[in-house]
Amino acid sequence: MAKKDKIRLATVWLGGCSGCHMSFLDLDERLIDLAEQADLVFSPIADAKAFPPDVDVTLVEGAVANIDHLELAKQVRAQSKIVVSFGDCAVTGNVTSLRNRLDVDDLLNRVYQEGPGRTPTGSDPDGIVPALLRRVVPLHQVIPVDAYIPGCPPDPDRIWTAVSALLAGEPVRLEEEMRYFG
Amino acid sequence: MSVVTLTINDELASANSGQSLLEVIREHGIYIPTLCHMDGLSERGGCRMCLVEVQGMRTLQAACVTEVAEGMVVTTHSERLRKYRRMTLELIFAERNHVCAVCVMNGHCELQAVAAIEGMDHVRFDYLHPDLSMDISHPRFGLDHNRCILCTRCVRVCDEVEGAHTKDVMGRGINCRIVNDLNQAWGSSQSCTSCGKCVQVCPTGALFHKGVSVAEMVKRHDFLSWITLGREKNEWNYTGQPPYYATERRKE
Amino acid sequence: MNRSDLQTLGERELAKQQSTGCRLLCCGSTPCLSSGGTAVQEVFKGILKENKDLKAELAVVSTGCMGPCSRGPLVRVQRQGEPDVIYEKVTPELAQEIFKKHVSGEDTNQAEANILPGDIPFFSKQKKVVLANSGLIDPERLEDYVAQGGYMALANALREMTPEEVCSEIIDSGLRGRGGAGYPSGLKWNLVRRAKTDKKYVVANGDEGDPGAYMDRTLMESDPHRVLEGMAIAGYAVGAEQGFIYVRGEYPIAAKRLEKAIRMAERRGLLGSRVMDTAFNFRIDIRIGAGAFVCGEETALMASIMGRRGQPIPRPPYPAQSGLWGYPTLINNVETFGSIAPIINNGAEWFAGIGTAKSRGTKIFALAGQVENTGLIEVPMGISLREIVFDIGGGVPNGHTFKAAQTGGPSGGCIPADYLDTPVDYDSLRELGSIMGSGGLVVMDDTTSMPDVAKYFMEFCMDESCGKCVPCRVGTVQLYRILERVTAGIATRNDLTIMEELCTMMQETSLCGLGQSAPNPLLSTLRYFRHEYEALIKDDLPLTSDRFALATSSVLPRQEVS
Repeated sequence: MAKKDKIRLATVWLGGCSGCHMSFLDLDERLIDLAEQADLVFSPIADAKAFPPDVDVTLVEGAVANIDHLELAKQVRAQSKIVVSFGDCAVTGNVTSLRNRLDVDDLLNRVYQEGPGRTPTGSDPDGIVPALLRRVVPLHQVIPVDAYIPGCPPDPDRIWTAVSALLAGEPVRLEEEMRYFG
Repeated sequence: MSVVTLTINDELASANSGQSLLEVIREHGIYIPTLCHMDGLSERGGCRMCLVEVQGMRTLQAACVTEVAEGMVVTTHSERLRKYRRMTLELIFAERNHVCAVCVMNGHCELQAVAAIEGMDHVRFDYLHPDLSMDISHPRFGLDHNRCILCTRCVRVCDEVEGAHTKDVMGRGINCRIVNDLNQAWGSSQSCTSCGKCVQVCPTGALFHKGVSVAEMVKRHDFLSWITLGREKNEWNYTGQPPYYATERRKE
Repeated sequence: MNRSDLQTLGERELAKQQSTGCRLLCCGSTPCLSSGGTAVQEVFKGILKENKDLKAELAVVSTGCMGPCSRGPLVRVQRQGEPDVIYEKVTPELAQEIFKKHVSGEDTNQAEANILPGDIPFFSKQKKVVLANSGLIDPERLEDYVAQGGYMALANALREMTPEEVCSEIIDSGLRGRGGAGYPSGLKWNLVRRAKTDKKYVVANGDEGDPGAYMDRTLMESDPHRVLEGMAIAGYAVGAEQGFIYVRGEYPIAAKRLEKAIRMAERRGLLGSRVMDTAFNFRIDIRIGAGAFVCGEETALMASIMGRRGQPIPRPPYPAQSGLWGYPTLINNVETFGSIAPIINNGAEWFAGIGTAKSRGTKIFALAGQVENTGLIEVPMGISLREIVFDIGGGVPNGHTFKAAQTGGPSGGCIPADYLDTPVDYDSLRELGSIMGSGGLVVMDDTTSMPDVAKYFMEFCMDESCGKCVPCRVGTVQLYRILERVTAGIATRNDLTIMEELCTMMQETSLCGLGQSAPNPLLSTLRYFRHEYEALIKDDLPLTSDRFALATSSVLPRQEVS
């Protein structure tokens, strides 16, 4: 019965390197404490296909870089009470946004047409690759965001400080040394 | 030199007339952020980080260019000032490309530190992501316009301390750019003495030593006062990094 | 040349003018010249050349601006004993007709339709003080100016007044700076006068940059000696021996005429060493701007004069304390200097009698936009906006209705129809969220979109920001981009919130007036026409990649090859 009172926690991976999730796993033994208080209902490291309803807290790693990210971000917002920008890519665009100075079409040509290896025919013959946005944007420019955890990646202490505040239902307040980007 | 009395954040403070408000505020152990100010260089008043409220003044005053006056009543950290400092930082971060994770100055950068201190946790404005170049034509140093915040410390140190005036600003508004000589490659500059002072004073990773990788670049804030003291008083003592630089606060 | 020489010169010139049977005054100001005025003058000069016998009774004079610029080229016919006749839109053919009618005495009415009645409200509601000579004298002839009493104010000040008395005369007149901010001129003069240094400077600000404004250009083109005389009086009053007049680079005619005027005045001993045989020395040099709006800001202007990069520096210290090369410097707008001679001639009381309690005298406006009579006007302070737009301006053409008037250019704001009866003075306009500014006045009709207007001015400020301080350098770009989204119909409510917040922040944190006032056009249109913004905002905007595509607009810096 106690299971029902657990916090429904989700983590989402958009345009990022998954480094933030690696750092999340680096919570080490604190993961056991976390598991006692929260259910991980959706995550790249959990086996769930669709983003579930009624999520309490969602940590979003990565910037919004393609139309799938855009859709997922909207779904996350609609189905989560609290959305947290998790790591520099979600907060600032970071490395993912380095392509913003380039034109998307030039970029795709450069990588997929002119690059080494077998050249695919057409830009996306099967229509399965999500189209890139012309610009990579941080999460809060697409949906309202409730808290920010900076860092590339945020170190485990930072994550734990933020997550334990969220588990306790308190606002996230990071100390000065935990607010550094990079 | 006469002594003046002023009030800073409801506490009485005394100062020598002719001192700048910034100097006095720091002497009294109050931290306010700065980006274009640097001890040993002329003041510019352009970054607007050190704005303070002075009673009776219509506008906010940049502490670095405001002289203390008898009876001045100064507030350094009102809600309004904090908000404006964060917004100014947001504007700077949005202007060019400040991706800390891949910057040579990561962890030693004044801009990064000031953002953390002021609690600027996200940028609401559009990131402009301009397509800017890098000048790595100099054998020892590099200039990355993407990281430049146009504080012009490099321009001033080159002109005022080294006396070469290799660097200056060209263009206007958002198109301002630091140039070497008459907008030529740094490596081809006739006036540059390769002294490296510009690199030392740069608050971000815009100017760097070649051969350093991400998070390796450390800059010395004390060297300017070291040079001036040496020149003027023949005192050659390293005083260590002044504690009121943003990057020093992390180590305390 | 001393005072009595001056008097003789003036009397002789006046007598000569009065003995000329007919004087054809052709406007030689930029608007008339660019609409074909040169060809008209050629016709008259050609006639004069062919008929040498006419020389005694006919004079062709190239004058300064006559006012109704949209009706140019303008020709004024002065015949002794008859009222003046003004012709509008004169072509070379019409010029022939005018000559036939007025000089040859032929009975032709070909040019009748182009007569501009002298009693229309455009003229009768104006009061010419600074522009008193404009359109009546040849700006390139010192004698013409002297014939109208020119340089007598300087002569009288030098002979009969102490510098202190000159300053108090200016204080008593209530004259306020015509550059826009409206600081009391006399107080500024006194500050510089009291400073005890071996050098002081006087600077005239002729770097007029507001889009659509050309008051200063006209004054410098039409009556350059008036500006010089004002500066010389100022030099005497504050104790300066060197003056600079900073002329916008886009004003070559103004610069040429000023240069000529300075040379002539120096030759006659009205400027230079021992002015009018007194111990007072005063030199004036011209400095030409290089096309930066920000150089109209006084500290940036002084940096430019000194050969430095035209960027403002924080005040205080004010130029009156530490200006050019660190010396106390009096800097005023050219229109302010244009008001000095009349004040000295007629007395402070006379000047203070014109206008309102806090804004004395007259103000020149460049009336432009959707209005019947565009042109240059000089009106007493306190006149209502309605009188300017509907009486002098002749109302909005083509059956449209008045929507708003924009004053003060990129630093000003829009005043909607509800406030048409507001008196035009420094303080009333400020209350409405606009400013007097240097005198641009653009009338807009009901077809104008206010967010478009705001976007236009924001683009101007963005291009003209010098880049020294962060709020202006980056803030203008951010505001422009939001306005781009608003006008494209892809902005959200959040954009509007950020926009307003950023406006306030820029007003309070920018280094100089450019950044502090750049949000004004935006804020004032938001204040009076918020519904236009609301109508363009979409709350349930579908999140498509369009919204981000716009972000790749032309305002981004491009890479330069170095």
